[in-house]
Amino acid sequence: MTIQTVRNLRRISQGLFLTLFIVLLLRTGFSGTLTSDSIKDFRLSWPVAVFFQIDPLVAIATLFSTWRLYEGLVWSIILVVATVFFGRFFCGWVCPMGTVNQLVSLKRSNRKSIFGLNLIDSNRWHWYQNLKFYVLLIFIGAALLGSLLTGILDPLSLLIRSVGLVVFPMIGYIIEAINGLLFGSGVSALTYVGVALNMFSQHVLLTVKPAHYHTIISLGLFFFLVLAANRWFTRFWCRGLCPLGALLGLLSRWSILGMQKDHDKCNQCNLCLKYCQGGDDPIGGAPWKKADCHLCLNCQAVCPESVIQFKLFPSDTASQVKPAPSISRRKVIAGLAAGAAAVPLLRSGDELKANFNSLLIRPPGAVEEQQFLARCIRCGECMKVCPNNALHPTFLEAGWEGIWSPVLIPRIGYCEHTCTLCGQVCPTGAIRRLTLEEKVGTKEKPAISIGTAFFDYGRCLPWAMATPCQVCEEWCPTSPKAIYLVEEEVTDPNGKSVRLKRPHVNPKLCIGCGACEKACPIIDRPAIYVTSVGESRSTYNQVLLERHRKAS
Amino acid sequence: MTTRREFIKKTGKAAAASVVLGTGYLLADSRPDYPKEKKADRHELKFFKDDPDLFRKVAVARDDTPANLVEKAVAALGGIGAFVSKGDRVVVKPNVGWDRVPEQAADTNPDMVARMVRMCLSAGAKEVVVTDITCNDPRRTFLRSGIQKAAEEAGAKVFISSSDDDFKEVDLGGSLLTTWPVLKPILDADKLINMPIAKHHGMSRATIGMKNLYGIIGGRRNQLHQKIDQSIVDLALFAKPTLVVADCYRVLLRNGPVGGSLDDVKECRAVVAGIDQVAVDTRAVEFLDMNPAEIGHIPLAEKSGLGTMSLDKKDIINV
Repeated sequence: MTIQTVRNLRRISQGLFLTLFIVLLLRTGFSGTLTSDSIKDFRLSWPVAVFFQIDPLVAIATLFSTWRLYEGLVWSIILVVATVFFGRFFCGWVCPMGTVNQLVSLKRSNRKSIFGLNLIDSNRWHWYQNLKFYVLLIFIGAALLGSLLTGILDPLSLLIRSVGLVVFPMIGYIIEAINGLLFGSGVSALTYVGVALNMFSQHVLLTVKPAHYHTIISLGLFFFLVLAANRWFTRFWCRGLCPLGALLGLLSRWSILGMQKDHDKCNQCNLCLKYCQGGDDPIGGAPWKKADCHLCLNCQAVCPESVIQFKLFPSDTASQVKPAPSISRRKVIAGLAAGAAAVPLLRSGDELKANFNSLLIRPPGAVEEQQFLARCIRCGECMKVCPNNALHPTFLEAGWEGIWSPVLIPRIGYCEHTCTLCGQVCPTGAIRRLTLEEKVGTKEKPAISIGTAFFDYGRCLPWAMATPCQVCEEWCPTSPKAIYLVEEEVTDPNGKSVRLKRPHVNPKLCIGCGACEKACPIIDRPAIYVTSVGESRSTYNQVLLERHRKAS
Repeated sequence: MTTRREFIKKTGKAAAASVVLGTGYLLADSRPDYPKEKKADRHELKFFKDDPDLFRKVAVARDDTPANLVEKAVAALGGIGAFVSKGDRVVVKPNVGWDRVPEQAADTNPDMVARMVRMCLSAGAKEVVVTDITCNDPRRTFLRSGIQKAAEEAGAKVFISSSDDDFKEVDLGGSLLTTWPVLKPILDADKLINMPIAKHHGMSRATIGMKNLYGIIGGRRNQLHQKIDQSIVDLALFAKPTLVVADCYRVLLRNGPVGGSLDDVKECRAVVAGIDQVAVDTRAVEFLDMNPAEIGHIPLAEKSGLGTMSLDKKDIINV
């Protein structure tokens, strides 16, 4: 097999994994099947979060933050062992974020960039490439004290939430805008195109209505900056910031597959540098930076002098290879300490205990907040899968530490009473897998509650405007209903006495799903709204003495 | 020195540029657009066939399987051929409101829907569409209610609305409801068969056939509850279905219209059918142990001339 063939195999592998990634992300929506024994429960028919199960960064970081390893995360041992033997091939052959970065980096010009570097110079090893190791150390330091921040920069989390919550909805918006024109035109041939586009939304994007996500500007800007950076430094993200790349780079120091160079043959033509993805100095005269190489094999394929050869058990002299980044022990400790210090900084503020946001409604099955922050990797799977567009990335509602973690915004979408999809896709157990019975409750066990509804009497039609309305009661999914009606005599604007029913909330029965808030006809600021108090996951954030006992 | 040729060329370019740039100014307007009162054409549905003999009949079928009950009740009214003709495009409109399973009695029984679809097809219908605008997520609701599977297996097309483009604004001609978005399949159909389920409803007290027609319109339905009785009657006057077949197999006595607990459900094993919307609702309400006179929209519908509540004047066919 020639090196060119191997390089093409690498391209095929990248294409296949990127396709698989996108297909899985597209299937992360309501396309489930009913369990065969009954029509009671929906199960997703695809293992949509499978990429996370081979992601050792998720496994190691959650292991440190919780001292547990959730379900499928043990599979990441495969990638750990493979990397220990064969190096950072994941970055060059598998990682969909890496592939996207590589595609955006294509066809860079050789002009000097604003950093004063042309393409060849920028592809040499630079100091910024060590940043990713500090990023990793800081995250590990924080994880050891129970705060999981890796998800903010984990490449798989980054890509899922950016494509799933930003790019797909942008496509949905474009389709809607085009359809507005097509259907508005009144030309029947054009409306057929519109119908086809709607079918695409419904069956490929899996949305009934276009999804609208909160705070996507922050997600989108971050993602598009990551993409744009590729135009100055090839795969800047992978080289400089990716904590998973850093972890795999460190694991690769013992790998038996590596580069061997015949320094004397090199005539410094720079072709290897022109095509280098990792910035690992493949050129003759410098040692190869093993922890930065993605094993894309471009350098060997383009070298006209046969200087470079990847082989098993290459020579490991100092002139040949630098097996690990030069980060002193002192700096390792400083990095870990910085991460550890971040935890009290983030948590001694008011958001967690003294003044938590009343609107921070977590998904059903979410674990208690501190545990939640030790598990959530901000991948956005739960938000993508939610059939009602109810779950959204936070910005600062959960404090800086909780950025981009899920929050339920009932005004946009309520929690569907019998839906358990968010727990099914959560790769780390931040949202527990619930059976339908656990969620809706049985005679013995109370239902899972995510909050409690409250009336804003000044805005409620029967309470303030002597007008009948009880849509909230109609929509309440519990039985008996958590909203009950009391017939009262009220005075209408003409001074006439009329009898009408006024709605009240029974906090014992309310599960905080927010269907009432969503259905309320006062659409700008509903007359009934949900706050987090009464959520099953907390023993403290409760209204009722009784409920507290039940929960604990 | 500028030559004449240069002068013409340069001033010509400048003139052309200013014309191009200035075109936009022709759109100058001191009155920006403001949402106008929607005004659509009056749309009349012609599902209802005025047949005094048939109008007098109310069929009540009891104690059989859900599917057979439908068959028997329709047979008592003269068979499906009295309602569906060869080549008809039929819409069957069950109540598919809530994400519930059939045992919870929040949605029309799927076996009944399936049988009705088969009957329509056997009567020569060109196409049978089963549709409803659900309250909960439509994909979940159609699946868990069992109606999607049952209807498709029976040969119907299940239409789940996915966008506003599935509606057309028309004037319903009601005293309260005028211009509203109506589902296009309804507007395009030749026959409409209303297949409600009898349930308790916190606001209107009971929801049967006439209330079920909420599901043919879109828009801000949550405002209709402010004048629920008139809304229901307006819709019933607008839609006037070909036939009403009310599912009273399992009825929801409490916590409607969503229910949830099996404790709220009573098994009555019955179907009420007829073309008099008021009479069918009146008879079906009895299964809910309620007094029809207290269900605001039923007496209002009678007053509006839609039908009669006096069942003693009716020809009740028990089968």
